[in-house]
Amino acid sequence: MKSLLLGNEALAQGSIDAGLSGVYAYPGTPSTEITEYIQRSKLARELKIHATWSVNEKTAMESALGMSYTGLRALVVMKHVGLNVASDVFMNMSVSGINGGLVVVVADDPSMHSSQNEQDSRFYGKFAMIPILEPSNQQEAYDIMHYAFDLSEELKLPVLVRMVTRLSHSRAGIELRERRAQNVMQLPTDTSRFALLPMNARKQFDKLVNKKAILIKLSESSSLNDLKLSQHNDVGIIACGIAYNYVMENIGDDVSFYSILKISQYPLPKEKIKKLYKHCDKIIVVEEGYPLVEELLHDYFNKNDKIKGKLTGDIPLTGELNPNTVGKSLGIFQNISKSIPEIVSGRPPQLCEGCGHTDLFNTINELIPEIGNKNVFGDIGCYALGALPPLKTVNTLIDMGASITMAKGAADAGLENAIAVIGDSTFTHSGMTGLLDAVYENSPITVIISDNSAIAMTGAQESSAVGRLHKICLGIGVHPDHLKTMIPLNKNHEQNVELLRNELKYKGVSVIISERPCVRLSRDKKEEIKAKIASLS
Amino acid sequence: MKTNIILSGVGGQGILTIAAVLDTAALSENLFVKQSEVHGMSQRGGAVQCHVRISDKQIFSDLIPEGKADLILSVEPMELLRYTPFLNKYGWLVTDSHPFINTDNYPDKNDLFKQIKKHPYHIIINATEIAKKIGNSKVTNMVLLGAAASIIPLSEESLLDAIKKLFQHKSDKIISLNLKAFFEGKKIAKEITNLATNI
Ligand code: SF4
Repeated sequence: MKSLLLGNEALAQGSIDAGLSGVYAYPGTPSTEITEYIQRSKLARELKIHATWSVNEKTAMESALGMSYTGLRALVVMKHVGLNVASDVFMNMSVSGINGGLVVVVADDPSMHSSQNEQDSRFYGKFAMIPILEPSNQQEAYDIMHYAFDLSEELKLPVLVRMVTRLSHSRAGIELRERRAQNVMQLPTDTSRFALLPMNARKQFDKLVNKKAILIKLSESSSLNDLKLSQHNDVGIIACGIAYNYVMENIGDDVSFYSILKISQYPLPKEKIKKLYKHCDKIIVVEEGYPLVEELLHDYFNKNDKIKGKLTGDIPLTGELNPNTVGKSLGIFQNISKSIPEIVSGRPPQLCEGCGHTDLFNTINELIPEIGNKNVFGDIGCYALGALPPLKTVNTLIDMGASITMAKGAADAGLENAIAVIGDSTFTHSGMTGLLDAVYENSPITVIISDNSAIAMTGAQESSAVGRLHKICLGIGVHPDHLKTMIPLNKNHEQNVELLRNELKYKGVSVIISERPCVRLSRDKKEEIKAKIASLS
Repeated sequence: MKTNIILSGVGGQGILTIAAVLDTAALSENLFVKQSEVHGMSQRGGAVQCHVRISDKQIFSDLIPEGKADLILSVEPMELLRYTPFLNKYGWLVTDSHPFINTDNYPDKNDLFKQIKKHPYHIIINATEIAKKIGNSKVTNMVLLGAAASIIPLSEESLLDAIKKLFQHKSDKIISLNLKAFFEGKKIAKEITNLATNI
């Protein structure tokens, strides 16, 4: 029987079977299950594959590069916005090149199911001038990992694998292949390419730019970029990654009427595209994310109206694709006259019943009449839901760590009573440096670290902050008199309000650690955390 | 043969267990399966759905196109209606009548039932109540699966085997509770549908 795996799990198993030695990641929807799968895999444990979470995407990618430096195969995984955090090393390791195979998996979230934007990671791959692979289904997600690691070692470049929510979180039966042995340690023959001083970097950058021709050649001959010309020459379709499924769902048995170029490897195979373009009267580009391919086509063939897609309004520019929007763009009748009955009301996500974040927000809300309702800066995590009714405590949510630094900037501008609310693991991910900025100037802000001892939003992964927050804050230089703790429980409400009121009066940096484990943690997990805290203090 | 099933409910209500039973049963019959599910923010008490597609041929789209679902199986009545645009003309609606109210503007449940009954093929049962009577409200999902079993083109044998397989690491008591829930749902649905065809 085939194994029933999520796209993410198929990709993870594919990596293990391709000779992986370590995965590095920070949790983020829709990418989390890749690392979790490897953490749970018995085989991975036997093979001693490193799989502990990293503090953030940048540290993850640098560690993966370090492993690759020793000649082993390493995987680094993140959600699309995580690549912004890791972009520094990402852009530079394409210049240095890699040693052992290094694959960067980025899961994009079109439609923003669990994200703050729809950025398309293919642009990053193009920017860094490295190959991008974009599987169209679960089996391909599995198979592609073997190829990705081989390709990476052959080219001495990192390879980007782009996933999207729908593929990450959809299951199908997978056939597994034979496993390739792991690499043994072999340090680079010449380390100077990893020392990107200008004189080395210039050489390396030239090499990178010159690799482009090879990359394109590989794309031309890749079976992942499959061109099928039909005898009919009305419509040609370029279908990228998962978009191929939506195309095939619609044309199904009539496939012989269409010429199709399936794209799962970039840079684009220009010759194949030219062939399709010449052969057909009309070209429809179907791609998940931004119109990257469509724009390139206009570039190749001088902007013209033979090319259809997102830019021409044939496919919506925002939101994820679905079989209906794609079918419509192909001119196939869609039976979508019905709408959701009016009686159905919205059901937005909300904090779990009994969640400590709620009690914390109730405490802050008590003071809103005194301090105004626009002073609370939020961050990424479950507590971001505090921006929604009925709580409506939090005003901002931009990126990991921005609560502290935005509060600081606002305080610099003269805003009084600026409050930052940040989770424990978001704080260690990207809040510590901002806190140092604030401490350095003793900015008048109150930082509340809502410590639930877990990375709760993505499924309660272990937080590296556990048991370390006090020491970190003191180490950064928060004054001990203004490092406070509270337990967010209804019975402590009055006392907590008083504590916060007092710290707001202080015109310097205060940190209040609001401590209560996520109610979703199992009893065992809570015990584990207690033991860990005890061992650290 | 191609069957499209939408499972719906509220984050945390256990629709993924139903999906897992369907997937396992379908694979054991050597069929193709695709099952798209929701992870992330919506799992915090928001609306969640799961698309299950079963076929004897390769399946392309992970998502069911609108107007193409053969069955919407919901553990919550309002969440059932959220996906009716996906239902095909002869499609079935099967739902628990027990509302999950975590918003201020939750509609009157009788209005929801009225709306559901506008569709010719529907089964509304109080699965939560039935599950509680059997011994645990957690098996509500299996009551509903049992209720929909005759509409799903998988053999009862493979569905039951799948349930056993899925809970094999749990106690025998839990396995038999889930099986009992399945049969109870099946029985009650049969009574309702017989009644409906008699009218
Ligand atoms: S998962 Fe934990 S932290 Fe998140 S809302 Fe639920 S209880 Fe709160």
